[in-house]
Amino acid sequence: MIDFDRVTITYDGAERPVLREVSLHVAEGELCLVVGRTGVGKSSLLGAINGLVPHFTGGTLAGRVKVAGRDTATCPPRELADVVGVVGQDPLAAFVTDTVEEELVYGMEQLAIAPEVMRKRVEETLDLLGLAALRDRPLHEISGGQQQRVAIGTVLTAHPRVLVLDEPTSALDPTAAEEVLAAITRLVHDLGLTVVLAEHRLERVVQYADTVIHLPGDGSAAAGAPSEVMLTATVAPPVVELGRLVRWRPLPLSVRDARRRAGPLRARLPVHPPSAPENGAAPGETTLQARRIIVRYGDLIAVRGVDLTLSAGEICAVMGRNGSGKSSLLWAIQGAGRRQGGVVELAGRDPKHLPPREARELIALVPQTPSDLLYLNTVGAELAQADRESAGSKSPATRELLDQLAPEIPDDAHPRELSEGQRLSLVLAIQLRAAPRVMLLDEPTRGLDYGAKRTLRGIVRRLAAEQRSVVIATHDVEFVASTCDRVVVMGDGEVVSDGPTPEIVVASPAFAPQVAKIVTPLPYLTVAQVAEALDPSCALPEVIGG
Amino acid sequence: MRHARLTVRGHAPGTQDSRRVPRALHPVAWWIWALGLVIAVSRTTNPLLLILALSVLGFVVANRRTDAPWARAFKYYLTLALIVIAVRIVFQSVFGSGIQPGDHVLFRLPQIRMPRWYQGVQIGGPVSLEATLAATIDGLRLGTMICCIGAANALANPKRALRVLPGALYELGMAVVVSISLAPQLIESVQRVARARQLRASQRRGFSALRSIVIPVLADALERSLLLAAAMDSRGYGRTGEATRTARRLTATLMLAGMAGVCVGCYGLLSGSAPRLLGTPVILLGVVLCTAGLALGGRRVRRTHYRPDPWRAPEWIVAGCGLISAVTLYLSTGYSAAGLNPSFSPLRFPGLPFLPAVAILIAAAAAFAAPPPRRRMSASGLDGPEPIPGRMARPEVSA
Repeated sequence: MIDFDRVTITYDGAERPVLREVSLHVAEGELCLVVGRTGVGKSSLLGAINGLVPHFTGGTLAGRVKVAGRDTATCPPRELADVVGVVGQDPLAAFVTDTVEEELVYGMEQLAIAPEVMRKRVEETLDLLGLAALRDRPLHEISGGQQQRVAIGTVLTAHPRVLVLDEPTSALDPTAAEEVLAAITRLVHDLGLTVVLAEHRLERVVQYADTVIHLPGDGSAAAGAPSEVMLTATVAPPVVELGRLVRWRPLPLSVRDARRRAGPLRARLPVHPPSAPENGAAPGETTLQARRIIVRYGDLIAVRGVDLTLSAGEICAVMGRNGSGKSSLLWAIQGAGRRQGGVVELAGRDPKHLPPREARELIALVPQTPSDLLYLNTVGAELAQADRESAGSKSPATRELLDQLAPEIPDDAHPRELSEGQRLSLVLAIQLRAAPRVMLLDEPTRGLDYGAKRTLRGIVRRLAAEQRSVVIATHDVEFVASTCDRVVVMGDGEVVSDGPTPEIVVASPAFAPQVAKIVTPLPYLTVAQVAEALDPSCALPEVIGG
Repeated sequence: MRHARLTVRGHAPGTQDSRRVPRALHPVAWWIWALGLVIAVSRTTNPLLLILALSVLGFVVANRRTDAPWARAFKYYLTLALIVIAVRIVFQSVFGSGIQPGDHVLFRLPQIRMPRWYQGVQIGGPVSLEATLAATIDGLRLGTMICCIGAANALANPKRALRVLPGALYELGMAVVVSISLAPQLIESVQRVARARQLRASQRRGFSALRSIVIPVLADALERSLLLAAAMDSRGYGRTGEATRTARRLTATLMLAGMAGVCVGCYGLLSGSAPRLLGTPVILLGVVLCTAGLALGGRRVRRTHYRPDPWRAPEWIVAGCGLISAVTLYLSTGYSAAGLNPSFSPLRFPGLPFLPAVAILIAAAAAFAAPPPRRRMSASGLDGPEPIPGRMARPEVSA
């Protein structure tokens, strides 16, 4: 169905090609997963399938890409629209019209499909993806999972034979991700579509893949059966890391596979993990007390009277589905966002009533899109600006802070050209320059690969070791399991549960990390804990992940 | 409102004629109706007629708008109209011209003496009731015209209205549609960045403060436009079909020649000294050339329309109502033209001329002639728990 024949892709001005001499074959009806760290060329590989690379992005493509017999050298993306459907990470950015039904039709109108056929296909697609009740709804009013399903629907109406999905669930909460993945697997199984999928959160998708294409980062690509490729892949979900650790062959890819093999492992593991996953520091004195916080946007009540107390050195996760009030709570506590009711007490003062400059010396927030805080042309200028902004603070210079978080970011780099992880580090360093006692992070793991998350975990733990309180709003169960001491689960603007990570996370099937699901009822959360229990002297830094 | 609700919820089938089935009226019908009212309103300065026209607009919008986002726009147009009136009054008071000797002076603003060579403009001075009244009515007229356009925007989906453009102009319409969609996103991103700026507590003011908002917003917008362009390209936008190079050139030549013809023709028609042959005949020639160009250009664009809006009796009636208002007030036959533009010096209450009032009231018939709009049925529970995609009965789909 898809053939890559010695494909080399070089972008203009790049020193070396992103992909070098890649030859691949994806057979009809396969679900093919593309894995690799950030920046190894996953998106370039996907873009080459429908000719967006190089027709749209620029650069040079040597070799030949053929899809359903058509050569992308002679067919630009628009001429391949009836064969390849492409869905990106942010569905809203790709919508052209404003209601569900019109959006489904748009592609067909471009392809000049007869009105009666369009009518029929719209109804079919609405049913196929479970969107019938949403047909007249404006696109920006429906949930993220529904938007992503609409985005898939919009390309399906053209009846393509290949579906290309570039990180379709990255921006979604676990439930919405499930919803989208269920739709995708259904398309593969029922319609026989060929699907090529790239995803960071491998724990969500690897078990559905028929083949895996691994991009190790040197421009090459290796394709093969998932259980073989994942043995040595540079990125791996916890279930695969556990499988590698205890040498299960063939490698289990799903919790179910691993659970069926885990009997002997459970027998070998001590009943209590040797150490808690967190840094183990006893919570210090209370730093922040928030009482009866209320946030409302018109009729919508985002946060309904939430109480939250934080201690020094504590890492607290705030979880809950999209729209449950996590972000609103963080912004309300920081004082920059809306707050219609309640008080926050931090060092005897309420940050809302302080000028922003003083408030950020007590409590800092890194927003969901960190780049909103960056506006200068170079990293060096941003750092100098941050030093000027926090002139009175006792903390080290911003450059020093940045080097601790992410070494080797040159002064002359443009902030927009940094990777997600580097940009997060830069903003974190800028906010840390004011030496706040409480640090709030809104969705920091979005767009980070496993390596970058590991780095972030180290950073967060260091902040806690310096007796700061850290609050992280996130969907990332595995990150919470390996990093946070405490979890607050929110639903509909209220706190649903609040307690130590092991208790909260293991108690709920939706929030349990993969390792917990595999070894339950034993209270293990991460591969690192299992490794330590099996071999107390073991130091396997490359295995410890999550 | 109530009437529409009742129809949507539906009585027993059969009690309503087929015309009452909720559907969207053709957007062009709403625009003809609204533009008809614009023409009618532009002919009068009678405050009673203007207020009557505003009431008609409000009545029709309340009865026949959908619950889509653009349908909530009418109140913004109303606000805009109020601002227009206020600005008009302020200007009238500050640059107080047109004060007659016998006017009732309300109060006096401090007057600025202008140099002798600039005597034409007066700033400050007495503010008279008559002049303020005239300014209010003038503002009211402009405001009502704005509200007419607002009503058309609230009643007809602006994007659907653009669909009636001929195929050759599709790209133009598409550009407008995309910019309409991007505007709210831009506002959202400005709000987000402005809020984030507080987190950094930048002390900057003026230009550099502006920069700290503008740069992230523009970078964001640029990224989004690139994503959108890539998505549109992947979905087949701009497929050329089988247009040959000669056909494209012929289209361009026809269009350019046609446009030139229309321009020259307009000049010929408006200028008294131009030869008569340069007027109407050249315009007609230009129009013919343009039409040929559009038809030829439209032929190369291979595209279809999903559920095109039909043009049936309600569309004729709605458009006709607007046209009747326009024609009655434009021709000003059958009644005294003075009633349309009453004088306020000396001060007196204006009369309501019968025929124009009826003509404007006729426009209100659109509220009954147009079919009730389709409303989202969230109230009836269709939005309830969603079916799980994996578990529902699936109709046959051929892929």
